[in-house]
Amino acid sequence: MIYLDNSATTEPDPQVLETYVKASSRYFANPASLHRLGNEAEDLLESARSQIKGLLGYERVIFTSGGTEANNLAIRGAAYANQEKGRHIISCKTEHPSVLEPLKQLEKEGFEITLLSVDRKGAIDLAELQQALREDTILVSLMQVNNEIGTIHPLAAIRRMLNNHRALFHVDAVQGAGKLPLDEQEMPDLLTVSAHKLHGLKNSGILAVNKAQLEPILFGGGQESGLRSGTVSVPNAAALAKALRLATTIPDHLKWNAELRRFFSGYKDIYIVSPSGAAPHILAVAIAGMRGETLVGALQQEGVIVSTSSACSSKNKQASHVIEAIGLPREYRDGTIRISFGAMTTHEDIIELKKRFHKAHQTIKGVEQS
Amino acid sequence: MKTNQILIRYGELSTKGRNRKAFISRLRNNIQTLFAGTPTLRIKAERDRMFLFCDDEQGMEDIVSRLPYVFGIQSFSPVTQTSLELDDMKHTALAIVSKMDTKDKSFKVSVKRPNKEFPYEKPEIMRTIGGYVLGNTPELTVAMRNPDIDLNVEIRQDAAYMMAETIQGAAGLPIGAGGRALLMLSGGIDSPVAGYHMLKRGVRLELIHFFSPPFTTERAKEKVLDLAEKLSGFGAPVTLHIIPFTEIQQEVHKQVPDNITMTSTRRMMMRIADAVRAKTDAKAIITGESLGQVASQTLESLQAINAVTNTPILRPLIAQDKLEIIETAQAIGTYDISIRPFEDCCTIFTPANPKTKPKTDKVEHYESFVSFDEMIDRAVAEREIIEFPRNKQQRFEDLL
Repeated sequence: MIYLDNSATTEPDPQVLETYVKASSRYFANPASLHRLGNEAEDLLESARSQIKGLLGYERVIFTSGGTEANNLAIRGAAYANQEKGRHIISCKTEHPSVLEPLKQLEKEGFEITLLSVDRKGAIDLAELQQALREDTILVSLMQVNNEIGTIHPLAAIRRMLNNHRALFHVDAVQGAGKLPLDEQEMPDLLTVSAHKLHGLKNSGILAVNKAQLEPILFGGGQESGLRSGTVSVPNAAALAKALRLATTIPDHLKWNAELRRFFSGYKDIYIVSPSGAAPHILAVAIAGMRGETLVGALQQEGVIVSTSSACSSKNKQASHVIEAIGLPREYRDGTIRISFGAMTTHEDIIELKKRFHKAHQTIKGVEQS
Repeated sequence: MKTNQILIRYGELSTKGRNRKAFISRLRNNIQTLFAGTPTLRIKAERDRMFLFCDDEQGMEDIVSRLPYVFGIQSFSPVTQTSLELDDMKHTALAIVSKMDTKDKSFKVSVKRPNKEFPYEKPEIMRTIGGYVLGNTPELTVAMRNPDIDLNVEIRQDAAYMMAETIQGAAGLPIGAGGRALLMLSGGIDSPVAGYHMLKRGVRLELIHFFSPPFTTERAKEKVLDLAEKLSGFGAPVTLHIIPFTEIQQEVHKQVPDNITMTSTRRMMMRIADAVRAKTDAKAIITGESLGQVASQTLESLQAINAVTNTPILRPLIAQDKLEIIETAQAIGTYDISIRPFEDCCTIFTPANPKTKPKTDKVEHYESFVSFDEMIDRAVAEREIIEFPRNKQQRFEDLL
């Protein structure tokens, strides 16, 4: 089996699993308890937190149940905390649903939302962002790497623009964290990271915060400085810290990405959706006049696991909102598949993918033509 | 170009006549200990200033971020080295200045040219570098006197050295230059601040804490451990002595009337502290007492408590307002730890109406019915000793 759906989720690193298992049995106590066991659990929790702070360069780290919750906390939390200053928020049409849906909710509550459009490459127009910025804009939320096609937003330029503006800058870095480290000039006020996209575990994420006012969106025992009630999972926190420490940029991804682009450009009916300069670990391509699912299925029969544009939207019948937004030519619109590499991907996988894709392509095109 | 040196200007110690040598080597040792994790660090101590050399970029960043907290340093400046090409020098100069806040700032270039073979004269060097920096930084103005930014260029045989930034140090005396004293650390706001003031006077700290399980929780102890960790971050390690105090505290409550238990308890603490002080070769005891703050901190109380020893008791906060103390606590990062809501042994048995003017002879009378000496010896013998800094993260190395 060749697993190339790492942007949906990754296989946990055995070392991360070991941390999780050990921490679960050794440090099972509630870190808020007053006794010694609670103390030790809290020590581990805080050590994990400070390791993550150090790795990412942030002042505060709030543990959450994953990327979705971190995005919700960033957006709703910042919106409520800053609504005295203004009620306008800017984001983009190609953001993840865990950003777009909370924004829709806020819109119902009287906030004003501007969604930037994108070009064929999935890129925003900085001039459009500049124009959209208003006196009462309190938050700009943009992802680092698009989860469906890999477009990288120009965070440094946006950061510079916002340095002279009161609006907070939130970046959903779920697809980029640990793979494409942020420069100091790019660092947003709020940063979302999810563990399971970097060979960590599901149900575990963080929101990293630098100098930003937030309101909680979950209420209860006041854990995480009141910003995220609920007993913190110490094993998850430790495992996330470990996964983030082990995560690195993999230079080979760039080579393999180029290799696959060359390969796919040899097919007349294949359109390479990911723009050049996109994240190296994500490559979306579309096949003309055919549904992505068909290709995904055919590849699966050959033992290769890829997905349609994204796992989240792949169960919907319509083309995804990202494919919609970049205005893919009609004949390709339903035919997008996404190939995504992880730390465990090897060059053999890439060679095999090419071979088996060729076979799968022949099979389905054969059906069509006969 | 690389920033691989730091010039350190000594604090008060440059006025200290004959002791100067000892003080300088103390500062050097403290810096060495503090940055033991940066093996590429080299230190050259001169009479008037000290140079740190470090070729590893990360190590350099770490040094620059922590040096402002090291006592005995008036100020320091990162020094950047370039080749002796004038072009190189002007680019480096601009790179240095552009990292600084230049808005509405005045600027000047000063040149020293010990390398007499260098083909350009001072005015030409100044003009070239100054012109280039100003041309690319329009918001700067020129001021030959008292400029906000004074870019120093020194042309030596091997290279040119430049610096512009002067970062304020913590001043004071290098820790250890003032001997050793024992700080009574309760977990509250005041005692760590008292410790900080003494550290600044060059005093090396031993810490003592009284722990009364089950009346005080592990969390209260944890607070003290975290405070000790903070206090060890100023350039010298500290040792914490945790005294099992439950037995004595209960005995006091049995023996003396309620309204003077507090005074008596403090006297016991002082006796234990004095015993630990003697064992650690400390010369004084430090407390965070501030006159009139609570019942135990009236002059009468201080007298009754002080009566158990002849050891000097240093009270650096005695005349400070609570607000001043809080400000310092916030600045040195102990405030957030101190306000965690866990009771220490001082607050747990507090009677409703403690005497604010206890009489020493009365207290002595009540205490005379029991032999506390034995209990005190036992408490001292059974103390837990922990060295700081102890890196918490190291404990979890296999997990993280």
